[in-house]
Amino acid sequence: MSWLHLMILLPFIFAAAVPYIYRKFTPRIHTGWFVLVIPLVIFAFLLSFTTAISYGNTAFSTVPWIPSYNINFTTYVDGLSLIFGLLIAGIGALVILYSIFYMSKREALNNFYVYLLLFMGAMLGLVFSDNIFVLYVFWETTSVSSFLLIAYWYEREKSRYGAQKSMLITIFGGLAMLAGLIMLSMMTETYSIREMVSQAANIPSHPLFVPSMILILIGAFTKSAQFPFSIWLPDAMEAPTPISAYLHSATMVKAGIYLVARLTPVFGGQAEWFWIVSSMGMITLLYGSVNAVRQTDLKALLAYSTISQLGLIMSLLGLGSASLYTGGEESSVYMAAIFAAIFHLVNHSTFKGCLFMVVGIIDHETGTRDIRRLGGLMHLMPISFTLAVIGSFSMAGLPPFNGFLSKEMFFTAVINAAEMKEFGVNAIGNLFPIIAWIASVFTFVYSMILVFKTFRGKNKPEKLAKEVHEAPLGMLISPIVLGLFVVIIFFFPNILSKYLLSPALAAIVPTLAAAGETNVKISAWHGWNIELFMTIGVIVLGTIMYHLLKKWYRIYLLYPENLMLNHLYNIGLENMEAVSRRVTDRYMTGFIRDYLVYIFAFIIIIVGGAVWLSDGFSIHTSDDAPVNWFEAVLMIVMIVTAAAVLFAKTRLTAIVAVGGLGFLVSFFFVLFRAPDLALTQLVVETVTTVLFLLCFYHLPQLRKEFARIRFKAVNAIVSIGVGVVVTIVALSANGNRLFQSISGYYENSYELAGAKNIVNSILVDFRGIDTMLEILVLSIAGLGVYTLIKLRLAGGNRNEKAE
Amino acid sequence: MKKPNDVIIRSVTKVAVVIILTFAINLFISGHHQPGGGFIGGLAFASALILLFLAFDIETVRNHIPLDFKVVAAVGVLISVLTGVGAMLLDHPFLFQAFGYFKLPIFGKTELATAVLFDIGVALAVIGTSITIIMTIGDDR
Repeated sequence: MSWLHLMILLPFIFAAAVPYIYRKFTPRIHTGWFVLVIPLVIFAFLLSFTTAISYGNTAFSTVPWIPSYNINFTTYVDGLSLIFGLLIAGIGALVILYSIFYMSKREALNNFYVYLLLFMGAMLGLVFSDNIFVLYVFWETTSVSSFLLIAYWYEREKSRYGAQKSMLITIFGGLAMLAGLIMLSMMTETYSIREMVSQAANIPSHPLFVPSMILILIGAFTKSAQFPFSIWLPDAMEAPTPISAYLHSATMVKAGIYLVARLTPVFGGQAEWFWIVSSMGMITLLYGSVNAVRQTDLKALLAYSTISQLGLIMSLLGLGSASLYTGGEESSVYMAAIFAAIFHLVNHSTFKGCLFMVVGIIDHETGTRDIRRLGGLMHLMPISFTLAVIGSFSMAGLPPFNGFLSKEMFFTAVINAAEMKEFGVNAIGNLFPIIAWIASVFTFVYSMILVFKTFRGKNKPEKLAKEVHEAPLGMLISPIVLGLFVVIIFFFPNILSKYLLSPALAAIVPTLAAAGETNVKISAWHGWNIELFMTIGVIVLGTIMYHLLKKWYRIYLLYPENLMLNHLYNIGLENMEAVSRRVTDRYMTGFIRDYLVYIFAFIIIIVGGAVWLSDGFSIHTSDDAPVNWFEAVLMIVMIVTAAAVLFAKTRLTAIVAVGGLGFLVSFFFVLFRAPDLALTQLVVETVTTVLFLLCFYHLPQLRKEFARIRFKAVNAIVSIGVGVVVTIVALSANGNRLFQSISGYYENSYELAGAKNIVNSILVDFRGIDTMLEILVLSIAGLGVYTLIKLRLAGGNRNEKAE
Repeated sequence: MKKPNDVIIRSVTKVAVVIILTFAINLFISGHHQPGGGFIGGLAFASALILLFLAFDIETVRNHIPLDFKVVAAVGVLISVLTGVGAMLLDHPFLFQAFGYFKLPIFGKTELATAVLFDIGVALAVIGTSITIIMTIGDDR
């Protein structure tokens, strides 16, 4: 057990203590203050790793969990996991600080912080796990805790809807990922990601390579809200804003990014990976940015913006994976894309967290998040306005904010990708910069909407429920800290690069890191190159489009509602339920008749099919005893009696015929020399016939019909089929005895058991336990009859009343 | 309802029941060496009681045989299980049966087997169950 294990478990352990703290201190001290300590401690602890990691060291330790299956809780710290860990702990601390002022003490704070701590611990466990199964456990824990957090206000219907949707989609992805990870472990014969990386060269030729890649990517795409799995994210905005800021912008949605980055050394360098990851990222980028513009709810706008930015990061990871294919001089060009991805990941967490918190403040202070009702808040909320400007301009990719740097690097990457020669990228490559540029224009437009529609224009006090004023200082601290980071990273990007980004890059492209090619310098000013002109173009076109928004906004209305992904999801869900209900209603009729038909049909199909397929039908008559005329006559009589049962017109005839059949069977026992059986059969048959007569006598008068059994073709076919199959099986089995009967042993019953009656000695001595249980069955049946008749609860016995 | 005069059937029953019971006990005892045994013996025994039910009425029979037949069935099962447990106490496997030959005062050389004890349990269970069923159904309404 290392300190790192304790760090991952700390939130879980503390979560158990939260309800007690809540009960003890609630009215006086906000529970959040106690919780705040946890992420601060974790953050400080993780910071202590930075120097060692920046020198290229890694930390590694194992605690056995299920050693017999080689499943151990292994933690592994390298640049990539450290950067995620710091984001989780750092933004976690800020979010908890923010939530202390955002969440009123009247809320169920114990639930809130328990879920939040569970999520934090799961997320830390996810990024630091080396074992794929432990990683999966934490992965699902994040899904579950996110589900709980989205439905925090569970009395609202939309919260429940959003929670259910995100649960269904992320769990679907999680299960697909589990299958993919298992395939991966089958290929590499290890559960450790580090060892998988070391075997990466061997696996692309394996037949499971592409399936496992696709399944794992489904997991990553659903978690990271990539197209078309992105639909859960806008609905997850029903969660409290601190949660949206934490889970749905900075941490959980980046779990998929983390997974893709983590497995890039395993799968990267293959054409399939390159194409799937980068094209899905590009589509998501465009889809998210175009859809964000049409939103009127601020959080929905930010949700689509998050989708789009995640697409950007994903596509950069995809494009950068080419560096593993080429190697050498050229690869460092593509590697820059991965660097840009990590850089933008950090930047996005800072500015998006800041923006969510600002939106939360607006919501909190004005009572609405609807852009159409907001306006002119600039003078009323100057600090929030400043923060919104910082966040939005960084998101739009303007200097002097960190978004500018990563956006420039993104443009560099797509331009390089356009000139790529590998993987069959030819003319299609030109699409990359074009899509990236269009998406950036839309990003610019919605960033401007976010700032100017909310803070500029006319104030509309009549539409707002509250008197608007600036938020309390405590609520502003967290977004101010994040906003400061946005600016600081712009001016001093290389400190961040040296300590965090480069080691992370080295973790994603370990082969290149070994060659010492992972030192990337970020410069804010890189000359008059094509990227800069692209940015200028984005600003110019974006400004024009923003001003003419009213003119072209109608285009969105042209898009049919029916083709929205959400609509398709809802329709799909409804249809799934409707179809399954219809199918169930169709075959679960409630009639035993129908179920018997299924059962017998399956007997025919399976037993008959098995005999047919294994060619098992054979008749050997060599061992058969000769038929004498007693048996023949008895047989004929029995057949006649059985037919009488089938074709009897009244039930009385059928009962008597069944009784007759029973006596004939006892004759058979006599003929085949089984006196004990014959005796028992006679008595038992008498009793059952009497009981049948009793039942017959008590049939209700109302519906007593003396009708012949109606003929049904299906029943006839099924019953004849079962008869034929059983006959075939019996004949074939009789002809194919595999070994001698063991009955010779029992012939010594007099010596062994002191009894001359073999049957009886078998019943009471050799196989006494069967008899013991059979008399138990008999007694239970007797008690059952007694209970059924004596114990009459209300409502039973309706037939008797009808008499 | 007019009560029919069934003196003949009652007189015959009084004789027949003794014969049937004797036959039932014979079936039971001879089960070890001849066809018969606990199950059929028990059923035959029960049929004698049923004949009594038919000739007289349930109340009369119940007054003369004041047995709760549910308990009889339970005792039967219990005896069967206990013979098995007894074998275990003597360090044998569950339901181990033993037999031996003894010189008894009247019968001379006789075979005694624990399996007979087990069979008693079977017979009691069968008698108890069948009479319980018949009496419950007959008592109904």
